[in-house]
Amino acid sequence: MKVRAADFLVYDNDKGVYVEDPEQIVRDDVEKHYWRHVILTIAKDWRLYLMLVPMLVVFLCWRYFPMYELLGCFKVSDTVLPVSEQLFSGFSYFKRLLFAGDSMSSEFWRALRNTFIISFYGLCFGFPMPIILALFFNEIRSNAARSVYQVLTYLPKFMSTVVMTSLVTMLVKQGSLTTGMGIINRFLTNVGLMDYEVANAGLLNNPAYFRTIYEVSGIWEGAGYDSIVFFSAIIAISPTSYEAAQIDGANKWAQMRYVVIPSILSTVVIMLITRIGGLLNVGYEKVLLLYNNNTYVTADVVSTFANRYGMTGQNPQPGIASAAEMMNNLIGMMLVIGANTIARKASNTSLY
Amino acid sequence: MKRKLEITELIFKIISYTLLTIFALACLYPFIYAVSASISGVEEVQYNRVVLFPKNVQFLAFSRMFKDNMFWNSYTNTLFITLYGTIWALFSSILAGYALSKKRLLFRKFFNFFLVFTMWFSAGIVPQYLNYLATRRIFNSVGIMDDKWLVVIAMGMAAMNIILLRNAFEGVPSEIEEAAIVDGATEMQVLTTVYIPMSKSTIATVSLFFAISRWNGYFWARQMISNNNEHPLQVFIRRQLEQFTDPDMMATWSQPYASDSVIYALIVCSIVPILVIYPFIQKYFAKGTNVGGVKE
Repeated sequence: MKVRAADFLVYDNDKGVYVEDPEQIVRDDVEKHYWRHVILTIAKDWRLYLMLVPMLVVFLCWRYFPMYELLGCFKVSDTVLPVSEQLFSGFSYFKRLLFAGDSMSSEFWRALRNTFIISFYGLCFGFPMPIILALFFNEIRSNAARSVYQVLTYLPKFMSTVVMTSLVTMLVKQGSLTTGMGIINRFLTNVGLMDYEVANAGLLNNPAYFRTIYEVSGIWEGAGYDSIVFFSAIIAISPTSYEAAQIDGANKWAQMRYVVIPSILSTVVIMLITRIGGLLNVGYEKVLLLYNNNTYVTADVVSTFANRYGMTGQNPQPGIASAAEMMNNLIGMMLVIGANTIARKASNTSLY
Repeated sequence: MKRKLEITELIFKIISYTLLTIFALACLYPFIYAVSASISGVEEVQYNRVVLFPKNVQFLAFSRMFKDNMFWNSYTNTLFITLYGTIWALFSSILAGYALSKKRLLFRKFFNFFLVFTMWFSAGIVPQYLNYLATRRIFNSVGIMDDKWLVVIAMGMAAMNIILLRNAFEGVPSEIEEAAIVDGATEMQVLTTVYIPMSKSTIATVSLFFAISRWNGYFWARQMISNNNEHPLQVFIRRQLEQFTDPDMMATWSQPYASDSVIYALIVCSIVPILVIYPFIQKYFAKGTNVGGVKE
């Protein structure tokens, strides 16, 4: 490739010689005095940058500073040193959690396994429900009837986690001398799905039912509300698509298969990415509110494990609890980025 | 011309209606049951005679609730946290969203990443706990003894909401802004007279999200607010639940209303205000989920 003078210089007609491009001079100047340029720009436009300050303060103090404190999990021993002196001096907490073989280590493995299982169940059962619901809503032609159904199914979303879990606790509670058992226990006993003794002991005290209660209450609470986004994707489909399919002799299943599903696929992919991203972010609040000593076997997740060891008790060990959460969050972050990359490659749909 | 229903279509319609009806009733039933159980007589609740409608109606559980000072205290605290928390989060998010929507902002990519990264990775509850403890000490040392302010200021901002606002502001046509600048509007005037009125519905949605997250906040409020009188409603409900389902305490229960009725009454009291404003906020709530599809 030939290098020409015109690439760097411009011809000055008056003087008849090549001179340096004035714009290039400015560009070089900007590069040379980059930070002066930055400061001048900010000073000239200071109102715009001042607007960022409240957000920056909140995010630095309460989102990023905890991440710095998270580095406390790389401590050598339990001696209290400032975080800056503990940096990367050891992985003893990680080793302890993963390989020590004591009760804490086995509880950590159990928590990690439970986290995966609970979120995997959520993905398998919780994720398709809103889509199915949206397909059903689409079948109802009368607007009034559909609104009634929609309002009823959104209803549980308006409760807070505390109210929702309180209601669930009351509905499946144990029977005692002064109070009868919960209405759901009674229903299950009456239709013969459950023994009286099991039902009377309370479903939330039984490790075998914890995950079921967690997932079913999740679907009950969220499926209606989550269906909104899928439903609006379905009603965005042009009626002509259906007509064309009908003329081609497509029955309902074929229309489903070749018109509706392909049209909402990108929405489904986006929601799936969000879901996978939050896979290890099992709502600690809901687990904390629903579990008790009897159900740790199936209910304990990493954040509740960290809560128990790092924040409560006589002798909290924040370092080791942070190490547990660190592993959980790193896997979670890899899942988000991985899911996003795959989705971008596969269907040109990406969230970030 | 009315088309004849095909057989597959008919089957599909029947399945849809049946399952939807079952699901809708399942969504509604717990609420009806809660209301019925809260106003039924003591024996009817204790021996599980209430199934759908209240029996032997009485309002003693409610009157107990309304006489409890802690209940009104917690309601006031929740209103305080919701009001100030929403105002603060909305104020800082609108300013940040506006600044980030400007192409001329230096380090725009960096600031966006700064926000989005918090959606990918969070420190976890233990480091957050240590962080809030330290902040609470600082707040107390400068004379802010009311821990509610920590809940108001530190919690509730969300990267997602700032991104929603940024996207809405980016959608405002720049000609209108230029016209305002030609007329001599300052940066702040441009924001308040052009951008905010033109993205009203996104702002309504986002403020609804903020209000809901403040109204529902439980875990950190319980951890961080040391004084029981300052606890919000959610914490109060949970403490009552723990107290009223404790078998030792329940063994000596001798009130003219069932202990369960008190919990159900509390649940009803916390849902009713939301149901009252529900018709007005529903369209923003439904809109919110459709604004997704964030692109960097």
